[in-house]
Amino acid sequence: MRFRRKREIGRAGLRRSLVATIISLIYFFPVLWIILTAFKTHNDALAVPPIFFFEPTLENFVNVFSRAYTKTSEAVDTGFALFFFNSIFTAGTSVVLALIIGTVAAYGFSRFPLKGNDTYMFIILTTRMLPPIIVIIPIFLMFRVTGFSGTYHGLILLYAAFNLPFTIWMMKSFFDELPRDIEDAARMDGSSEWRVFFRVCLPQVKAGIAATAVFGLILTWNEFLFSLLLSGVNTRTVPVAMAQTIGGDIGVRWGLLAAIETLFLIPVVLVTFLLQNQFLRGVTFGTIKR
Amino acid sequence: MAEIELRGVTKRFGKMIAVNAIDLDVEAGEVMCLLGPSGCGKTTTLRMIAGLEWASTGDITIAGRRVNELRPAERDIAMVFQFYALYPSLTVAENLAYPLHVEKPTREQIEMRVQRIAKLLELEHVLDRLPGRLAEGEKQRVAVGRAVIRDPTCFLFDEPLSRLDIVLRQEMRGQIKTLLSGLKRASVIVTHDQIEALTIGDRIAVMRDGVIEQVATPHDIFASPANIFVAGFIGTPQMNLIEGTRRENIGARLTIDALDQHIGLPIDGTARALPAIGERLTIGIRPRAFEPVNDAGPDAISGTIDVIEPMGAETLLHLNIGLHDLRVVLPRGGGFRPGAPLHARPLEGQVLVFGADGRRLPL
Repeated sequence: MRFRRKREIGRAGLRRSLVATIISLIYFFPVLWIILTAFKTHNDALAVPPIFFFEPTLENFVNVFSRAYTKTSEAVDTGFALFFFNSIFTAGTSVVLALIIGTVAAYGFSRFPLKGNDTYMFIILTTRMLPPIIVIIPIFLMFRVTGFSGTYHGLILLYAAFNLPFTIWMMKSFFDELPRDIEDAARMDGSSEWRVFFRVCLPQVKAGIAATAVFGLILTWNEFLFSLLLSGVNTRTVPVAMAQTIGGDIGVRWGLLAAIETLFLIPVVLVTFLLQNQFLRGVTFGTIKR
Repeated sequence: MAEIELRGVTKRFGKMIAVNAIDLDVEAGEVMCLLGPSGCGKTTTLRMIAGLEWASTGDITIAGRRVNELRPAERDIAMVFQFYALYPSLTVAENLAYPLHVEKPTREQIEMRVQRIAKLLELEHVLDRLPGRLAEGEKQRVAVGRAVIRDPTCFLFDEPLSRLDIVLRQEMRGQIKTLLSGLKRASVIVTHDQIEALTIGDRIAVMRDGVIEQVATPHDIFASPANIFVAGFIGTPQMNLIEGTRRENIGARLTIDALDQHIGLPIDGTARALPAIGERLTIGIRPRAFEPVNDAGPDAISGTIDVIEPMGAETLLHLNIGLHDLRVVLPRGGGFRPGAPLHARPLEGQVLVFGADGRRLPL
């Protein structure tokens, strides 16, 4: 039986993996093109048809952080170091904040249901149903009145609020899957409710937290609209700064943009790979019978 | 005063009454088995003692202290769960040590006690493993070990052996019995398996539909069931319960009309507890309480052998009498054939009589 299954997988494997490779190459090609362009000189980047073999240069990456804005001026700091820090700081903090609040809330919704629990869950979901652009004007005004405009805490709170519904929904489904007996056992073994939550439940949803964190990070990392309107000169995030880099005295600097994008990719790839094992278990959670 | 006392304990889930005003006493050192079909309220009763469910009404007392409003942690009870409920992210040693956190012992104390339990339950070789990598029997022993590592007032077991295969189950049954008799604590075991209840329990409480039907020692439950339900529930093969109408005694014997026969039973027909002639009653005879006789006399029940089930040392015969199936267990090798007639005489002192209300008559 086992032997047969193995052979089947092996036979289908070659054809399938060929197809899979081709499809992934097609999907990955734009990314590859960006990464390659990041290492090209301005002329190589503009060449039609695109060239794939060239002498790589790190010039673009240097330019990301400091460059001369006109042909005659000195190279100056572009502020991108700060923008990268801003992106990492706001995305990281807001996701952690959403996770802390969301996980506790989800546990509450899962284990101590209120009267009309489902209604509350639905209301939480509805906050994510509106396209964000609809609420941008009220939020912009609120930010101006409260003085949150252009501050870190303003952006972080906003992003945390954005991530929260999604975090609650994801984490609740993970908590719902856990067998209650284990928590009851911990209660019998003398644990307080907090200890049940921290020592017994949380370790069991590690994979879920990882998956939720990755989704949240990617969402926040890419956010453009709110950052454009609500971040200030010092709190600007990379997507906005990148948009403002387009154009200039020699037209669109594809190499430079590609270099920013390549750098922008690194944290996402890093986080995803670091959490890969947990993450895969998280997204397949519940689909595999234990 | 009993170690665990339930007085008029009721549990309602919405309109559904899961447990209905039950009284139960478990003495110190006694093993009480809650036995009943699924949905009878036995697990709910156990969870109320544990504090995992609130009692809707009634009082629960443990070691003289009313515990109704206490959280499980404050009741000083250990419990073994049906699906073991081991902490999946902790190793076996950590699982065993978990309940100790309340006492805040030193590292050496923890290690010593874990080692002692591991040795007792033969878990020394798996101490570093995660529960996911254990065999079913090992998981079960870890669950038991985690319960006994502390020294609580009482132990609760929820279907402790139901997940084990038959060989392991017999083995663990003995181990748990030995362990419990060594611990000398009040214990409550929930089970739907009567063999488990009969072998492990000092006393058995038979439950049905949220009510305790009878509390007695395994022997008394078997020999003198309080009513038709208990009589039919305990014992395999099931007791024969034959409904009939009382008629005039044959000699001094109680005689009934049942199965289209007059059956003279080995019971004193002058007993005062018996109903009047013409009244309905039910007699209960265990399949093993028959002897084969040659003639269809008035003291025997006659029928045709329908199905023969060899059970090893004995043979279970199903006698076809009208629509009734009479189960008779006789020693092996009687040369029985399907279709042959058989006359079976109930043995002296082994026939139970139940009145029209289902209660056993004191004879």
